[in-house]
Amino acid sequence: MTVLIFTLLIWICALCAGLLGSLTGLGGGVIIVPLLVLAFKVDIHYAAGASLISVIATSSGAAAAYVREGFSNLRIGMFLEVATTLGAVLGAFLVTKVSPSAIAIIFGLVLLFSAGLSLRPPASHGSHPPDPLAVRLRLNGEYPSRDGMKAYNVHRVPLGFLVCHCAGILSGLLGIGSGALKVLGMDQAMEIPFKVSTATSNFMIGVTAAASAGIYFHHGYVDPSLVMPVMLGVLLGSFIGARILPTATTRYLRILFAVAIVALGVEMLIKGLTGKLG
Amino acid sequence: MNDSQHKLDEKHFEDMISLLLRTGVIVSSIVVLIGGILYLLRSGALKPVYHPFRGEPTNLCDLRGIVRGVFTRDPRNWMQFGLLLLVATPVARVALCVITFIKEEDRTYIFLTLIVFCVLVTGFLGR
Repeated sequence: MTVLIFTLLIWICALCAGLLGSLTGLGGGVIIVPLLVLAFKVDIHYAAGASLISVIATSSGAAAAYVREGFSNLRIGMFLEVATTLGAVLGAFLVTKVSPSAIAIIFGLVLLFSAGLSLRPPASHGSHPPDPLAVRLRLNGEYPSRDGMKAYNVHRVPLGFLVCHCAGILSGLLGIGSGALKVLGMDQAMEIPFKVSTATSNFMIGVTAAASAGIYFHHGYVDPSLVMPVMLGVLLGSFIGARILPTATTRYLRILFAVAIVALGVEMLIKGLTGKLG
Repeated sequence: MNDSQHKLDEKHFEDMISLLLRTGVIVSSIVVLIGGILYLLRSGALKPVYHPFRGEPTNLCDLRGIVRGVFTRDPRNWMQFGLLLLVATPVARVALCVITFIKEEDRTYIFLTLIVFCVLVTGFLGR
């Protein structure tokens, strides 16, 4: 296989990953790494580098739209970014110390966990008084809904902070955006409306990934010839996805994508446990 | 400052962030795309090697090397510079937040955004 064909194949796969990622709301990053490692025999460090950089592109693109529409809560974003960036630096430091097999095992578990998350029913939030800390940090906000602006309160701030710190560590360690975990922290722990959680998560992913990017560059994990087709493919795919999302029925797609993620997760676990990654 | 004025400022701030993010993504993609096309024209017939891991030459690893690499004729350097622009986009966004919170005289958030900014810069300069 020549560089030209290799690059085009990766570009097409990344485009599909970006498209499915944005249609299902799971992000393309989570399947890019196993795809590169399992199908293209790319070393896991190069794969993580390519995924990490691509995640910055797609999340910044999505955040640009969400921020303008008023869904993102900038204060929640900035506050939780303290947790995610500190985690990301720690994760990127760990990736240089941990063996590729161990990374594959952790990756496999994260894939299985994300598949489970994607199929859970949406959380229902009651209306009770906010966490005093949320009031002090002015985290409570409002967002546009069908019946005009709707106010919401923020709860369990320390728990959300902790979950986002873990999301940051995983992001730096695996080269993913870990948007699913960030949304989990905001939606389930802090009881922030789902739409606001997703929008604010996209707002944070770019900054989180940028925190580990410096360390990735420094250790030579970022190979421009490999990142180029991945980044351009995922970006175009998620752009198309965002365009057709309002008209698409995503229920079966979500199930299909979850099955694919489980399969990749099991495969990564096996590779990691049998030490086949060198 | 009255409430409607405050809302207007916040909207202006959000629009600026949105514009900054979009510009960063578009500009970096164009640089990467141009570098990528030139790279494929020049090296498309070679054999790709991504296993085992060997790291990258130093001119593609550190900030100074990448910026200096723009003046060479190597398309791989140009792609790497495009990727660096992409990574710089969220960093610039945090810097914009710092400035806005200074304007709003919101001490807590000046402090929080400065922490994030320092972590980002340390990630880049740290060894």
